[in-house]
Amino acid sequence: MLFSELRTHTARSAMAIVAIAIGVAMAYAVHLINESATGEFERTVRSLMGNADLEIRGTEAGFSESVYPLVARLAEVGTASPSVAVEARLSGRADPLKIVGVDVFRAAAVQPGLIGRPEGGRAGALPLLEDDAIFLSPVALRWLGAKPGDPLHVQVGLETRTLRIRGTLAATGEGLRLGVMDIGAAQSCFERLGMLQQIDLSLRPGTDAEAFRARLSRLLPAGVFVSTPAETVRRSSDLSRAYRVNLTVLALVALFTGAFLVFSSQALAVMRRRGQFALLRVLGLRQGELLRLILAEAALQGALGACLGLGLGYLVAGATLAWAGSDLGAGYFKGVAPQVHFDAAAALLFGLLGLASAVLGSVAPAVEAARASPAQALRAGDEAAAPRGLRSVAPGIVAIAAGAALSFLPPIDDVPIAGYLAIALLLTGGIALVPRLARVLFARLPDSRHVPLHLASTQLSGSPGRAAIGLAGILASFSLMVAMAIMVASFRTSFDQWLTVALPADLYLRAGSAGDTAYFSPADQRNIAATPGLQRVEFQRSLPVSLDPERPPVMLIGRSIDAADPASRLALVGTPRHPRSGEPPPVWVSEAMVDLYGYALGQQVFLPLGGRRVAVTVAGVWRDYARQQGAVVIERQDLARFTGDETANDAALWLLPGSGLAATEQWLRQRLANGDRVVYSSPGEIRARSLKIFDRSFAVTYLLEAVAIVIGLAGIAVSFGGQALARTREFGMLRHIGVSRAQIGAMLALEGALLAMLGVAAGLILGGAVALILVRVVNPQSFHWTMNMSLPWQLISTVAIVLVAASAATATWAGRRAMATGAVRAVREDW
Amino acid sequence: MNKRGWLALLALAGLTAFAAAPDYPPVLPGRPLSFPRDHGAHPEYRIEWWYVTGWLDTGSGEPLGFQVTFFRSRPNLAQGQPSRFAPNQLLFAHAALSDPTLGHLLHEQRSARAGFGLAEAETGDTDVHIDDWSLRRGADGPYRIRIGGREMQIDLSLKPTQPVLPQGDGGYSRKGPQAGEASYYYSQPHLEVSGTVARDGRKQGVRGTAWLDHEWSTAMLPKNAVGWDWIGINLDDGGALMAFRIRDGDGRSLWTHASHRRADGGQAAIAGKPVTLAPIRFWRSPRTGARYPVAMHFAAGGLAFDLVPLQDDQELDARSSTGNVYWEGAVTALSGGQPLGRGYMELTGYYLPLGL
Repeated sequence: MLFSELRTHTARSAMAIVAIAIGVAMAYAVHLINESATGEFERTVRSLMGNADLEIRGTEAGFSESVYPLVARLAEVGTASPSVAVEARLSGRADPLKIVGVDVFRAAAVQPGLIGRPEGGRAGALPLLEDDAIFLSPVALRWLGAKPGDPLHVQVGLETRTLRIRGTLAATGEGLRLGVMDIGAAQSCFERLGMLQQIDLSLRPGTDAEAFRARLSRLLPAGVFVSTPAETVRRSSDLSRAYRVNLTVLALVALFTGAFLVFSSQALAVMRRRGQFALLRVLGLRQGELLRLILAEAALQGALGACLGLGLGYLVAGATLAWAGSDLGAGYFKGVAPQVHFDAAAALLFGLLGLASAVLGSVAPAVEAARASPAQALRAGDEAAAPRGLRSVAPGIVAIAAGAALSFLPPIDDVPIAGYLAIALLLTGGIALVPRLARVLFARLPDSRHVPLHLASTQLSGSPGRAAIGLAGILASFSLMVAMAIMVASFRTSFDQWLTVALPADLYLRAGSAGDTAYFSPADQRNIAATPGLQRVEFQRSLPVSLDPERPPVMLIGRSIDAADPASRLALVGTPRHPRSGEPPPVWVSEAMVDLYGYALGQQVFLPLGGRRVAVTVAGVWRDYARQQGAVVIERQDLARFTGDETANDAALWLLPGSGLAATEQWLRQRLANGDRVVYSSPGEIRARSLKIFDRSFAVTYLLEAVAIVIGLAGIAVSFGGQALARTREFGMLRHIGVSRAQIGAMLALEGALLAMLGVAAGLILGGAVALILVRVVNPQSFHWTMNMSLPWQLISTVAIVLVAASAATATWAGRRAMATGAVRAVREDW
Repeated sequence: MNKRGWLALLALAGLTAFAAAPDYPPVLPGRPLSFPRDHGAHPEYRIEWWYVTGWLDTGSGEPLGFQVTFFRSRPNLAQGQPSRFAPNQLLFAHAALSDPTLGHLLHEQRSARAGFGLAEAETGDTDVHIDDWSLRRGADGPYRIRIGGREMQIDLSLKPTQPVLPQGDGGYSRKGPQAGEASYYYSQPHLEVSGTVARDGRKQGVRGTAWLDHEWSTAMLPKNAVGWDWIGINLDDGGALMAFRIRDGDGRSLWTHASHRRADGGQAAIAGKPVTLAPIRFWRSPRTGARYPVAMHFAAGGLAFDLVPLQDDQELDARSSTGNVYWEGAVTALSGGQPLGRGYMELTGYYLPLGL
């Protein structure tokens, strides 16, 4: 009997199975992508840190090498392995290569994976110490299409230096793109004399690591931290955590949608099969047995969907990783090329989740069917009774109120859990309330002489239970669509406005498209400033700074900025503070700094600059969509004064009226030493590129909007398909009393359209509320930036019209079989 | 002389035997040794070592052999590199205990580039260290050795009882037929040892007699040399005997030398005489397959004796530091079954020939 139901109603069952499959597939794929990304992080960090117990790390600019002998002499330290690290810009490559300089004699004990294996069998340490020798990980070799013996050209400043690939590295993570050199050679080649990025420590046996760590922390200069390998893994994966949490939520939404479809399909199946069930009861089947039978059917659907979904999810994860990388193109994991690993435990979990959502979706209809008295159910005309759970109003109101309250809660562990719960509650509450709304509204429809309209409104107000499921589907899908559309539109508009403020100049120069080894030296800067036809030039120096060992570094940006008018360069939020005499130099911080570090306007804070703690004053807060880990803007001269670093990464050029962009770029290319290595961009290009990246990051939400609409229509189809069968006698009767077939069709179309209109109207309100939570709660809590609400009316109204029309068409199409039955036979059927 | 170090260092430096970069000073006769300056390091030369070997008495009746070596190497690279990490001077150290009850050597090694005060070979007097491994000479003469290993810790003081013994021609020690194939070389025989040796956390007081070699050079071996056999014996009568034989690929002697300083300080007339070092018995290493003549017959001038190892397995695998495998073992000199003295024998080039 289980299978006979599946066989006879293949389409409907298939729909539910597919919905479950999609939900499971999405959830599982997102999970696999996350796992492979974090797994790869872990392997990467592990192969970089080897068997180190602790890691000493400063900013990317590094810390003084004088720390090294200090630390190495401590009694608790077994081996201290110092290293320098750069993201080296390679000639003719968009992506940088991470190059680590190690002392082989120290690294051998701590990070054996970083010891080069010279090609050609030369033994001993010497080939590793040559000053142009570099050893590449297998992945880096493949990426470069190079082999040992080949030269490797790296850009330092604007100059090119040539290294020789002398061999490969011992086991490093398969996803790791890495080159290793001798530490002395790396310091000299990349002009990092006197600086280290990291010291990895192995401790002597029996050392109390925690106590030692506390002692060590006190010995280190400002901005230099001690962490364990586990913390380093967590910090790297924290970078993309908010993004991944949001993807997981999207996956859960898909699963929820699947559960809804199972519910609608089961609810209608149960109504339609009331007679059949009643007969079974009369023949001796007990209530509990019937309940189990119906749930078993759902479980079968769920199991099929879950299996399908797991396979699909695995394929999707693999394809996504291959195509877009583990961040779906959002750019979090550079140089890491993860592979999908089948995860049996997670597969079981998500499979069970799919199964559970199918079973849960059919609990209410199953209980309803089992409770029905067989005698009454056997009589005709009872199909209209709605499941009892849909009749009460109170749960819906409670859910909405709870949701509204939850949206005011702060994030939990940096994740906007309360915000997501609020959205879930609002949606459930809305869906629960909408049948009541339908009854009230349709009952108030003005009576009409137009036969189909009259019939349709009577039908809708008379038996709202039947309409409830289709209505809930439309409501859920449209409100999700509206919410996402508003959120994306708000974000995109705010992003666009932000780009305008962030890009005031006519031409932008960057020393290299990637990496931290390319920069403009003071001489380069003087040459750029000497460009003819220049009205103004501003240089910018960006360097990552660690303020908290538990968090990824924040970007410190030194640029020319007028303390009296910071708004001309920064997208300020609120009013800036005028610097007062006698207080430490001003800095302007991004919103993330307020969220993550608790910075407040006017507050005095300390930044680790040049190995010292330097006091600065927070003079303003600005919106930054580029660096969600936080950014601090400081006057460039202040930065140079504190760090002694006078290089720059970027230059912004304002041209005099009459000087052409192309001519200026041409001049710079010719006159600037190595001017061809500089990346030239106009604000227009940067804007176009940024928006393209933005759209790619949000591609998945567009896809989800489309899926939501299709599922909404599927709900209407299931709803009317089921109803149409159940209403065969009604149609027969109508035909009998002279209503034409076309009029019945029109009636169904009107029913569909009216239902969709109600769903769309309610969905608009509900979706607006959800969007508000997304924009005001979820986004700031996840990414630490705010945005202005912006409503994409055109998109929303277009989709609304299409949805109503499609509902009408779907309803008519779903009812066509019932209308085809001969009138007499239809009326006779049950009498 | 401690040719074992040469093999290792030459291989490490990736040179052929006689290739010297122009800025390494040549080793020429007529440079008198001067102390304490020559106790210290000579960083301009390509290679240098301080090699201490000896016999210890733990009080349990069982003798214990020990060897502690510090190597310095100036590789031909990183010229002009401005970094403080520039690998201009590399240091290596070995420490081994030979305990017959164990059946093989207990061995540890250290490697580092000189710098930051963490690993240095100082000039002026003997003061060389890598982290917590050190060999230092006190102002009044005694040496102090400190070795902190995982499996063993050694803390010894070595008091000279005799004057410094310059080898060869006043410290200029020829290693081959060409004038440049030489080193500067002196020994300190009959050092009186006292201190502690700890193994597996058990610390023992020890006493004994040791031999120290200090040798530096730029290029010393003939090009067709594959290895050498060397001995340094503290004779029971207070005399000190050193002999070596540089071998070619067929096991023939390319160059030999022996010196014997009597207890009264006079040189026995064996310098310049042919030296015989003939195998009596071989032992094959189960780890590397190398076959070593662990018992030898020595003869030079009027002196002749047999060399019998404290134990057969005294093979030292230093591939992870200086890159070599050789045999470095405590031996007893016996004549007609009567002990004449005790010391160390070194057998190199039996695993892989020079010029890997």
